[in-house]
Amino acid sequence: MRFRTENITGWGNLAAVRAPVFRPDRIGDLRRTVAENRGTLISRGLGRSYGDAAVNAGGVLSHVCLNRFLAFDEAQGIVECEAGVTFDELIRVSLERGFFPAVTPGTRHITVGGAIAADVHGKNHHVDGSFAQCLLDFRLLTAGGEVLRCSRQENSHIFWATLGGMGLTGAIVDARFRLRPVASAFLTVDYQRTANLDQSLEAFSAGDAGYNYSVAWIDCLARGRSLGRSVLMRGNHAAASELRSVGIAHHEIAVGNAHPTPRRRKSVPCFLPNFVLNPWSARAFNSLYYHGHRDERALVDYDSFFYPLDAVSNWNRIYGRRGFLQYQAALPADASRLGLIALLEAISSSRQASFLAVLKTFGPANAGWLSFPLAGSTLAVDFPNTGPALAQLLDTLDEIVIAHGGRVYLAKDARMSRESFDIMYPGADEFRNLKAALDPTGRFSSHLARRLGLSPAACQKRAAA
Amino acid sequence: MKENILIVGALSGLARPIADQLAAQGHALVLAARDGEELLRMQADLRVRHRANITIAPFEALDFDSHAGLIEQADKAFADGLTGILFCAGWLADQRWAAADFAAARQMIDINFTAAVSVLNHAANLFEPRRRGWIGALSSVAGDRGRLSNYLYGSTKSALNAYLQGLRHRLTAAGVTVITVKPGCADTAMTYGMEKLPFLVGPEVIARDVVRAIARRRLIVYTPGIWWPVMTIIRLLPEQLFRRLKI
Repeated sequence: MRFRTENITGWGNLAAVRAPVFRPDRIGDLRRTVAENRGTLISRGLGRSYGDAAVNAGGVLSHVCLNRFLAFDEAQGIVECEAGVTFDELIRVSLERGFFPAVTPGTRHITVGGAIAADVHGKNHHVDGSFAQCLLDFRLLTAGGEVLRCSRQENSHIFWATLGGMGLTGAIVDARFRLRPVASAFLTVDYQRTANLDQSLEAFSAGDAGYNYSVAWIDCLARGRSLGRSVLMRGNHAAASELRSVGIAHHEIAVGNAHPTPRRRKSVPCFLPNFVLNPWSARAFNSLYYHGHRDERALVDYDSFFYPLDAVSNWNRIYGRRGFLQYQAALPADASRLGLIALLEAISSSRQASFLAVLKTFGPANAGWLSFPLAGSTLAVDFPNTGPALAQLLDTLDEIVIAHGGRVYLAKDARMSRESFDIMYPGADEFRNLKAALDPTGRFSSHLARRLGLSPAACQKRAAA
Repeated sequence: MKENILIVGALSGLARPIADQLAAQGHALVLAARDGEELLRMQADLRVRHRANITIAPFEALDFDSHAGLIEQADKAFADGLTGILFCAGWLADQRWAAADFAAARQMIDINFTAAVSVLNHAANLFEPRRRGWIGALSSVAGDRGRLSNYLYGSTKSALNAYLQGLRHRLTAAGVTVITVKPGCADTAMTYGMEKLPFLVGPEVIARDVVRAIARRRLIVYTPGIWWPVMTIIRLLPEQLFRRLKI
């Protein structure tokens, strides 16, 4: 099969590698690519995982041209499509039929295949769980060339290994999943500022039950009594009646109007110099952001609420050529408060964090072997890549997370050690056993897989050669 | 006006976004191609995205005897018959391979030219007596002048251009438009992995131009537009000079 050699990196722009990229646009070509390839491959969608999950110098299997919808059951709200369909496309066809993705991460620019492989979660995890919960089944092309239907009943062990399995069980061909019926493209959102972490956690536990979506922007640079001060943003899909009461005309609320307030897309045209984001500019931004919010209720279109960063394409370039990394950890409920305090203190005293930090409550974990969410809290913080200083900080954070029984999200990770991973993910060895049976020569492999020891030794040798 | 359009070679990298944009505008389509499984997927996709009226039909470029039946079947798929036929089938074999192996060169000639003549002759015979309709074909800027890097592919497209020119001459009296589309390099499976492609664009860019050309019944379209001045200059270069250039 023909390929194109490209520079491949994660969304964090760290450590690009030259890799042959295969881009089949027919199912037959997808199968041939996997069958004929003598090296290793990793499936890749839009490359939104931050680290090295979709990076593989041996070969990359792009799914962007396998993006066809196969069925849309409007009575049941079930859609079937190929793995390369993006959430942007999904929303376009869903909203006009009165549906919205049941689970969506903070960007529309991910694929359905990526949503399964990372078992993504959104602002509604405390109510609706992760993508697994709306997923009915999928077809997986394995290293052996078989196409397996996987669901909770059929090949259920492969189903649960693939959710969060970062593409290492094979290439997802297509999938069926449930959508959420919605009355409008708007959300009723309550904004609430809290003075510190305890207030935030209290507000979450007292009020989250009343909100389908709940998330807090958290100021990771605030210290002392203000440690963990946040702006809570919690909301529900607006009913048509709510929209009429504030004077939005009916034609605007009709769900068929998929983009109610078309925003002008801005773009970061080139990498900004590394110094633009520094501790002072981040602190100034955070202060402005915190004080710029009032406690209020507002009607917000879905695009601004779920995907604020999508308004600026290539926003990852503001960190400069050095790149950046997002650290996202989940902490179990009983250790959440102490764990978060320890993490925030380590982060704020390091003065390395930037302005993108998010705190939210997780509902129960699912049965995914490498699925990330667990009942408790999650904290996500962006860090510019400052080299050894950052590496040291993140190792410290890993220790805190492990000490509190938590784990780090693989879709964001680029540097965790195998030792830490094995402690955080009890399903790791079970996953390795399945991998050895399903893909004994390690055809599906990635830099992440080799770093965490998730592909068989045979392939590690081949990748090194 | 809503049209009923047959797209021949509907799975080609350029035909896909063309079909997508035509379906988005509400036109009804018959998609004809060889790979039945892929056609079903494309049909489902266009139905979900655009709630479009999509029919599919098998098409084998080299089974010339089957082409009359295809046109007839596609025409009968609509109560008011076909209004347009777009020929998108095409094959590009590596120049060095085709220069060394006549079978590859012949396959290109048969798909890019012979099959087009076969299909579009039937199309012309369908539309001429009705005194309506349009016929379009995806040619290539490669057909404008034979060049060392792709003259075998280019000559099939050159032949196609001359055929379409003549067909246009014949059908003008009947009010049937013949549209020659000359795309440059598009980022499709056909060119994937090739290096140093000039003015490379996404196939959806070319599709937009094609759809507009259909709506406006244009006769000859270079797409993207930059190829018109570029090919005009290349066409005008004296042969004595041109034969020494490495392009």
